[in-house]
Amino acid sequence: MRHLISTLDVTRDQAIALLDVAEDMASVSQREVKRLPALRGKTIVNLFFEDSTRTRISFEAAEKRLSADVINFAAKGSSVSKGESLKDTVQTLAAMDIDGVVIRHGASGAPLLLANRGWIDVPVINAGDGTHEHPTQALLDAFTMRRRLHGAGSRGKGLDGVKVLIVGDILHSRVARSNVWLLRTLGAHVHLVAPPTLLPWSIQEWPVTVSFDLDAALAEFAPDVVMMLRIQQERMRDAFFPNEREYSLLWGLTETRFSRLSESTLIMHPGPMNRGLEISSAAADSPQSTVLEQVANGVSVRMAALYMVLTGEREVSDVH
Amino acid sequence: MTARIILQATDIQRALTRIAHEILESNRGAQSLVLLGIPTRGVTLAHRLSAVLENIVPGSHVPVGSLDVTMYRDDLYQQPTRTTSPTDVPVNIDGATVILVDDVLYSGRTVRAALDALTDLGRPDIVRLAVLVDRGHRELPIRADFVGKNLPSAHDERINVNLMEHDGEDTVSIDTVVAA
Repeated sequence: MRHLISTLDVTRDQAIALLDVAEDMASVSQREVKRLPALRGKTIVNLFFEDSTRTRISFEAAEKRLSADVINFAAKGSSVSKGESLKDTVQTLAAMDIDGVVIRHGASGAPLLLANRGWIDVPVINAGDGTHEHPTQALLDAFTMRRRLHGAGSRGKGLDGVKVLIVGDILHSRVARSNVWLLRTLGAHVHLVAPPTLLPWSIQEWPVTVSFDLDAALAEFAPDVVMMLRIQQERMRDAFFPNEREYSLLWGLTETRFSRLSESTLIMHPGPMNRGLEISSAAADSPQSTVLEQVANGVSVRMAALYMVLTGEREVSDVH
Repeated sequence: MTARIILQATDIQRALTRIAHEILESNRGAQSLVLLGIPTRGVTLAHRLSAVLENIVPGSHVPVGSLDVTMYRDDLYQQPTRTTSPTDVPVNIDGATVILVDDVLYSGRTVRAALDALTDLGRPDIVRLAVLVDRGHRELPIRADFVGKNLPSAHDERINVNLMEHDGEDTVSIDTVVAA
């Protein structure tokens, strides 16, 4: 793997290898010296054009645990606010001989641009671009499911036959997109439930089934995993549903809905949660909830992603 | 390409028994021993060695772990990306006598990485190295304390260690890699 831009590019073998490496990375977090020397002497820039707490901290922890030197760049307070273009920003970084870029950007496609244009010849990891993809989130979700379902015997396994129900704002969700592609690659069945206004036009071409009634889907699809998506207030520029109360009643994982689920059903949420809107506290704080595990696993999975993308012999590149 | 068998199953068993006795001799018993195998076949050999040790010293318990050295290698940027193996050290190694176990000792670079990996896990009193085959060609000032078989080899020869658990038979063979 040279870059990690989209889970569409990740083969089943690559995904399973990455999740297996993440298993070994997870054991490092239990040790007294939580550090491996694999990326010693490598400088990685976290290029965050969009606000983020957990993803940026998670990447920073992962980079530091692999002994990389970390430079954090936030668009606020940088030359970007003076109107510098992405190209110029990146070329400035390239001139400083960095070894890898982790980028989050509000525009879908920005990481691909970085990887393809030859502005900079280093591995690029997408940490979320617009409404396109968030591949490390999907990988950590898959890792969390695999660990909960297979326990110590996870190594080498996919998610074949696992039924995953994704609920909520599919339209704006890069987490949903990355998850749909990766879960299909790993053999899971994905069913989406959302208000019709929060589904993208291209939904017929996705490898999923879709319905609009959450109660019916919970009963008929009998999911092993229910993944609730965040209602992204910051991207809601139109009236997609009448009001929050109605959304919560129809598409939220309320206490009543949660109480009807089987005790083995996993409850996932990428965070940050809107408690009382898409997920009730009863569900979020239950033993079935993997919310905090997802955060912990995020560091291991990002260590694995960084390791897979940054190490290995470099083919002679055709840029420059 | 013809593989020449150097060690048969009984030879391997005999070598492990001798190594076990040598370990007990140098350690004056089985106390505070910890065997750490280097994946994959080193771990299997470590388990066998532990069984032999516990057999020789009735009532003793010799813990076995695995020590993955991938992240500590010095060729991470010269080779295709390697996948990792689990590191599982079941006991505290501070103050222990750690015996690193591997199948083949060659350049010594794996052992160098293992010593670094060990440093991050604790501070053993003593670290020793046991290998089934020493094929020479060291690139670092490293030597084995316990050797099953010294097998002088050429660079273009390949040493195959086959173990029942992985390969369905116990043999050590040597063959020449013919350049394609």
